[in-house]
Amino acid sequence: MNIGVVVFPGSNCDHDCQHVFRDVLAQDVTMIWHKETSVSGLDAIILPGGFSYGDYLRTGAIARFSPIMQAVKRFASEGGLVLGICNGFQILLEAGLLPGAMLRNRSLHFICRETYVKVENAATPFTHLCNPGQVLKIPVAHADGNYYTDPVTLAGLQANAQVVFRYCAADGSMTPESCPNGSLDNIAGIRNAEGNVLGLMPHPERCAEMVIGNEDGRAIFLSMIASWERNKSVGVR
Amino acid sequence: MPPITKDLVAQHNLTDEEYQKIVEILGRGPNLTELGMFSVMWSEHCSYKSSRLHLKKLPTTGPRVVQGPGENAGAIDIGDGLCVVFKMESHNHPSFIEPYQGAATGVGGILRDIFTMGARPIALLDSLRFGELHSSKNRHLMRGVVSGIAGYGNCMGVPTVGGEIVFNDIYALNPLVNVFCLGVAHKDKIFRGTAAGVGNPVIYFGSKTGRDGIHGATMASDSFDDESEQKRPTVQVGDPFTEKLLLEACLELMERDVLVGIQDMGAAGLTSSSCEMASRAGNGIDLDLAKVPRREPGMTPYEIMLSESQERMLMVAKAGKEEECLAICRKWDLDVAVIGKVTADGILRVKDEGKVVAEIPAKALADEGPRYERPYQPPSYQDMLTNLNYDAVPDVKDANAALLALLESPTIASKRWVYEQYDHMVRTNTMVRPGSDAAVVRIKGTNKAVAMTVDCNSRYCLLHPYEGARLAVAEAARNLVCSGAVPIGLTDCLNFGNPERPDIMWQFVMAIEGMKDACEHFQIPIVSGNVSFYNETNGLSIYPTPMLGMVGLIEHSERTTTQWFKEEGDEVFLLGTSREDLGGAEYLKVVHAREQGSPPYLSLDKEKALHECVLSLIHEGLLQSAHDCSEGGLAVTLAECCMSGAEQALGAVIRLTRGRLRKDAILFGESQSRVVISAKPVHRQAILDRATQSGVPVEVIGSISGNRLVLYVGDEGSTEKVIDQPVATLRARWAFSLERTLRES
Repeated sequence: MNIGVVVFPGSNCDHDCQHVFRDVLAQDVTMIWHKETSVSGLDAIILPGGFSYGDYLRTGAIARFSPIMQAVKRFASEGGLVLGICNGFQILLEAGLLPGAMLRNRSLHFICRETYVKVENAATPFTHLCNPGQVLKIPVAHADGNYYTDPVTLAGLQANAQVVFRYCAADGSMTPESCPNGSLDNIAGIRNAEGNVLGLMPHPERCAEMVIGNEDGRAIFLSMIASWERNKSVGVR
Repeated sequence: MPPITKDLVAQHNLTDEEYQKIVEILGRGPNLTELGMFSVMWSEHCSYKSSRLHLKKLPTTGPRVVQGPGENAGAIDIGDGLCVVFKMESHNHPSFIEPYQGAATGVGGILRDIFTMGARPIALLDSLRFGELHSSKNRHLMRGVVSGIAGYGNCMGVPTVGGEIVFNDIYALNPLVNVFCLGVAHKDKIFRGTAAGVGNPVIYFGSKTGRDGIHGATMASDSFDDESEQKRPTVQVGDPFTEKLLLEACLELMERDVLVGIQDMGAAGLTSSSCEMASRAGNGIDLDLAKVPRREPGMTPYEIMLSESQERMLMVAKAGKEEECLAICRKWDLDVAVIGKVTADGILRVKDEGKVVAEIPAKALADEGPRYERPYQPPSYQDMLTNLNYDAVPDVKDANAALLALLESPTIASKRWVYEQYDHMVRTNTMVRPGSDAAVVRIKGTNKAVAMTVDCNSRYCLLHPYEGARLAVAEAARNLVCSGAVPIGLTDCLNFGNPERPDIMWQFVMAIEGMKDACEHFQIPIVSGNVSFYNETNGLSIYPTPMLGMVGLIEHSERTTTQWFKEEGDEVFLLGTSREDLGGAEYLKVVHAREQGSPPYLSLDKEKALHECVLSLIHEGLLQSAHDCSEGGLAVTLAECCMSGAEQALGAVIRLTRGRLRKDAILFGESQSRVVISAKPVHRQAILDRATQSGVPVEVIGSISGNRLVLYVGDEGSTEKVIDQPVATLRARWAFSLERTLRES
């Protein structure tokens, strides 16, 4: 599988994503400079975490104008897999590929810590190797991860099983304390209606190897690889 | 330009003799631009004029040393063709004036020092000192500094993996912000700040030059008074986004065959980078200021040469490679311009609008500043400090209460509130996160890992600067050893008061001697460092704080060890001897409000034997945990073993032999060369044998069980239960103390 990792000015989890796919999971990885305009030949696209354009103005607000984003939108509309992690999720929101917006964390601080997320939808290309309701331990690291949207959109997300991950306690119980940032409905990750675009605030690339203590995040990447292989065998993207 | 008057010279912090020396060097009087350039380069901050004679005594060589002091950072060989590049630097004065920007630009400066050498930064640590948190000003400073560090480091994508914070009112008007950074480079691709090759182009890149930070280096070389906050305009403003672009651009430039030398524009900006690069190569540089990218029109040569605008670099490229360099910088949206060339005449010649505005021998500016052998003698009050009358200090009655008070005191309490604001996981190398004796990051592409710690007990240094410095080296090394690492190198950040005072100079000289003796004994070279003098406000000096950043190598990353207990049923051992070491103890400060006595006894031989013993136990895979015994003594150490693991809290039942010691000394005394280890019972005999062979006293003191920490003290036949607390209670007091203090008061 050939994974494209977009490098915006200020991306800083681009190398981490490259490392996991290339060195841990033995896939091909192409780093795509944000000024490029084509994503041809790629089987999935990652928008990595970081501080694109320094998070100046608003997280993701400037990155959505990067030339590459037109190609990413096209790729998504054709059904290609797009995964936005942290700042990548924020960019997907600003670009309109996912609904809603990010507010400042409830504590007003940047927060870096382990969180637990519950897999609310295990029937997506990003989660199908997980069990429904499975709890994954994945760290967060952000200042603006407090997901917000209007009640109608929220109801739509819930009704269409677009909420893929919710923050929870280690035992899977859904409590306000288990949510690190004040997100609406403990939302940690959502997908688009078609199911091929996922954004999440936690960093699965930071927990994909036992040498750094945890590999719960692998399930997401392995799901992507498996679903691409399955689709390839039946001749669709 | 105004005439150079006595007043003007004094305003530039230059003495009459220094001015005369400038006149001698130039063979004429300097103009204002030249006066400004001399004043920053000959400031204490840049010239080390009070410290250089003493710094020379420090051991700086060893088989692993790739680069010692004198460059942007030091470098140590870790095998596999790689080396670690590291340095520590202070940003104390700016952080007091403007805590967010002061701390942020401190992080920015040290990062540039590392990637200038060709190393990608992979870890940051910070040592912070504030006044006690009951004052709103101190809380403001702490909040500002922590968010400044977070704001810059997080954006750069370099994890802040550890550090330490101490609170003491002596730092209320002079907080310390010391930042350590470590990067990894290929041993044969280290870049240095040299302007070699006559005719080679000198290229400026990064941010534009503005009027900010003019005379920052001079400010950092002066004491503070009540008016200091008016110096806010001399604090620079950081832009971590531009620095991130600068980092990537630099590393990309370094992958090509285009660079001769490179240096960041830190303190003294364009002046220091140009004259130091020229001086190292024995060359000169011609600069044309008209080509320098500027933020605003109308800047004078004086302002351009002295600006400390952040995120700027100077490189000397290979002739003919200019276009390639410019293209890479432009790819990263950086300002870039060829602003001069290397010359053979050894002169730093600055032109503006076709006119020569400064003409100074580069070597004179960079290396021939004044050197002072300042007088030193111990202060008259020194004996009073060390004299502790034990009879006046009643032994502990309620050890439970004393333990809880210590765990809750901000210096010992968990720093979770702080480190959760730092991205400590980015780059996916962090094996041991903040909260253990040392932070550990793996080195990708190898099976190795690097452990890092920053340490200094400044109260020990106040009570006895020589002993205090030895103790700091010993503790830093012990922290690394407890994580399974062999100490391989050291950087220092020496924070002291006004060196023109003989008592302060005495503290400095004694501390250097102490560091020297300890480092020589442990064979740990000091490869980089920084001196920060004039840390005093209104005549009150900080405690002498020779902060150390020590780096250790773990050859097999799977042998990495952490401080917390792992498994019910494991046995707990104490390595080392407990003595009546209450002098300077945190317990005395927290419970008895005393900061007195002689610091703990240290034998370098015993300490070394302990290190070898612990390392061999870890390498043989016999240990589950190892924790250095330091502030708060054995009781706090054991509590930390029980509660500091992220996953679980485990209780323990411990019996401590009292002998002839006071109860408070055995519980809270800070005897050195002690480590608490835990191991599976099956390894008991092997551990006892190994310790005995190494000449390290060892004792089985208990086992891990239940969910309470129960501590007995006494001798055979007569033991007394002195501490009995649920680990959950200990943890609640310790883990959330800082948060409570910051929010409630």
